[in-house]
Amino acid sequence: MLPKNHGNATDLTSSVPVRSRAVWRRLLFSEHFVLYLSVLYFLAVWPFAPRLASPRNLLDIFSNMLPLLSVAIGQTFVLVTAGIDLSVTSIIALSSVFGASVMTSDGGLLSGSILAVPAGIAVMLATGVAIGLLNGTAIARLRMPPFMVTLTTMMFFSGFAVWLTGSQKISGLPRAFVGLGVGSVGFIPYPFLIAAVLATAAHVTLSQTVVGRWIYAIGHNARAARVSGVRVNRTVVFAYAASGFCAAVASVLYTARLETGDPVLGQRILLDIIAAVVIGGTSLFGGKGKVLWTVFGVLFITLIDNSLIMLEFSHFTIMIVKGAVILFAALMDALRNRLLAAQ
Amino acid sequence: MSDTILECRNVTKSFFGVPVLRNVSLTLKAGRVLGIVGENGAGKSTLMNILGGVLRADSGSIRLGGRNHAPQNPAEAFRDGIAFIHQELNLFTNLSVAENMFIAAFPKTRIVRLPLIRRREIREKTRALLASVDLHVSAESLVEDLSPGERQMVEIAKALGAEARIIILDEPTTSLSSRETQRLFSILQRLRGQGISMIYISHNLGDVLRLCDDILILRDGRVVGEGPKEEFTLERMISLMVGRSMDQLYPSRSARPSGEIVLEVKSLSEPGILENIAFQLYKGEILGISGLMGSGRTELARILFGLDAFERGEILLNGEPLKRCSPHKRIHRGMAFLTEDRRVEGLLMNASVEDNIALVSLPSFARALPGLVNRPEMLRAAGRAAKAVRLQCSSLSRQTAKTLSGGNQQKVVLAKWLLEKPSVFVLDEPTRGIDVGAKFEVYRIMDELAAEGAGILFISSEIEELMGMCDRILVMAYGEIRGCMARTQFDKEKIFRDALMENLLP
Repeated sequence: MLPKNHGNATDLTSSVPVRSRAVWRRLLFSEHFVLYLSVLYFLAVWPFAPRLASPRNLLDIFSNMLPLLSVAIGQTFVLVTAGIDLSVTSIIALSSVFGASVMTSDGGLLSGSILAVPAGIAVMLATGVAIGLLNGTAIARLRMPPFMVTLTTMMFFSGFAVWLTGSQKISGLPRAFVGLGVGSVGFIPYPFLIAAVLATAAHVTLSQTVVGRWIYAIGHNARAARVSGVRVNRTVVFAYAASGFCAAVASVLYTARLETGDPVLGQRILLDIIAAVVIGGTSLFGGKGKVLWTVFGVLFITLIDNSLIMLEFSHFTIMIVKGAVILFAALMDALRNRLLAAQ
Repeated sequence: MSDTILECRNVTKSFFGVPVLRNVSLTLKAGRVLGIVGENGAGKSTLMNILGGVLRADSGSIRLGGRNHAPQNPAEAFRDGIAFIHQELNLFTNLSVAENMFIAAFPKTRIVRLPLIRRREIREKTRALLASVDLHVSAESLVEDLSPGERQMVEIAKALGAEARIIILDEPTTSLSSRETQRLFSILQRLRGQGISMIYISHNLGDVLRLCDDILILRDGRVVGEGPKEEFTLERMISLMVGRSMDQLYPSRSARPSGEIVLEVKSLSEPGILENIAFQLYKGEILGISGLMGSGRTELARILFGLDAFERGEILLNGEPLKRCSPHKRIHRGMAFLTEDRRVEGLLMNASVEDNIALVSLPSFARALPGLVNRPEMLRAAGRAAKAVRLQCSSLSRQTAKTLSGGNQQKVVLAKWLLEKPSVFVLDEPTRGIDVGAKFEVYRIMDELAAEGAGILFISSEIEELMGMCDRILVMAYGEIRGCMARTQFDKEKIFRDALMENLLP
């Protein structure tokens, strides 16, 4: 589908293909590449699953995207520092359990109080930030490898959430809280508003603030960054705290939508999160990534999931096809980078 | 001894239509050392890459020992007897010396068709090869535990093991101490006696004159001078390299230091590293620190800048004591530090030039309340800094630091400090691995900074450049200051003596 001799400037002799090649080149090297890929995929699958384009389904895709987007945005911060945060799913679960046990009418700490909802949300966000601070401190101060630190906190807090609840879901959440998942201001659903504010804030932080630029510098070369006056430790702690916060926001959105506090919430989406960020173009080796890219990556992953369900594949077939499609996207990205480097 | 072993005729190579080598011809005779010098970008590396099979020539012929030589890859060149020892050594640091020696072709035994490495054989062969280069390390030791000089010897031993007829050395001495350099030279001279030919590339023209039999000078991809070394002097080599006669190697200093102290160090000690270091640095002064590698000069710089801790003593910057160990605070108080290795600690290689220049002064461009960086103003400042150091690059925003030449990379590292207007610069080997023209520009920037009132601590292993630029020179050895002399008393021999401590000199 793509012309193979892209990077080759020397053989652009015939005039007819030059224009179409230029167009291809613009598409391929654009930072919106993953968005185009999503559109292409949508158009390719549409004939086989006409319901894909129904307004109802489009809205579904959209609202499924939002919690995943929130947590993926946090992951972007961490990946740009050349780290990784595997503990996000445990944050989602533990926040959900903590928040629900504060708010539930079924024996919650503040059940019935007007403060229940704001306090519940505050507890959820604080849980995320606290686990993020713990990860960040272990990684920055104790110089432990991010993979090990977050893998172990993931195991610990996932288990902790299940142990606390005796593996029971917590229902009876206040209406005001549940409204966050389904309500809207005019035409704009709350989850969209929350995710949009989060994405904008994250984008501005990464691209316009000192700490954001420091995050990129650390991802490129932490030692050179330190010599240049970057407060490496604080910045790394900030990145993990931001990731924890974003995961907690995702937990708010999921918990409100499901109307229950769930100790195994989000357990299966860890690889979706990381895949979405990386497909968007953020480098696992640090120094490269954008919130906008993550938005496209999340769109792509959500679209695949949704379309495969529309095509009525079984769970295992979905896994197989999804793996193949993600591999293809990664292949395209590697190809793109090779061509870019050859330019 | 005068039979030709390697002959290049009219070798030409272009990249993207830009000629890099134009009709280059050279002759290498058996048992002789050919020195190739030229500024960065003159085509030295490209020429060597063609000989070593990394690149292929567009036209021209190469004859090796009477046969045509057109290697398709480095392995083929290696088999033909050309060993290319790169500036960044190509050893696997996580493997042992013996494994590195035979990595290309391990001697194997087959046990039930399963190939197994004959460990004892490679160990014994390695031992013999190491002995031939006077390197006394175990064949089993890991390369990561060896010093740069020892690694160099391993590379040479590896070349000998492959029975190389020609050894190409690209800047072999940049990371060696002077003692290690001496040893390298004596080994190379011995190998020459055994009939092995060498091509020696270096920016250190003194080394080239000392070691080489013949010299070839490249400029803009052309041969602009060649002949036996007796025909060359330092001045002639430089004027051929840069294409104009350089009436002096160092700019004349435009201002005198004032009496005001900007940095004062009092009995600074860190056990095993520094012992009772004390000195003052004045406003507008360039204070040189000479000493061998391992004398404590780099460690002193790192402690001054807050990268490492110290046990006793005091550091006063503009009269105020510095306590906590943090580069961030030092920068805030007006100190700048150029590290000896710009790749590892100086630059974000994959980030753009402007991001590199702006990194240090980011907080200064953040508006107080929302904390947002004023990007347009920052970019204008970065542009001014780039202009102040006469940086040559095609685009500040699109070009990455990696793609710049060594000299321009160093200018980027200097430029990033300028925006903060520091009162003290600590420069650790600021001219390492950059060409003559760029060196002169670095010296000029140093002079300008001093004239504007900064105090500069100039650490270098090249005594000539210290004598050319400094107001005073401190000599360090074994973590102590062994001598201090003012400009009028500069004496190369005395500096050497102090650095080596008398008893080591004959």
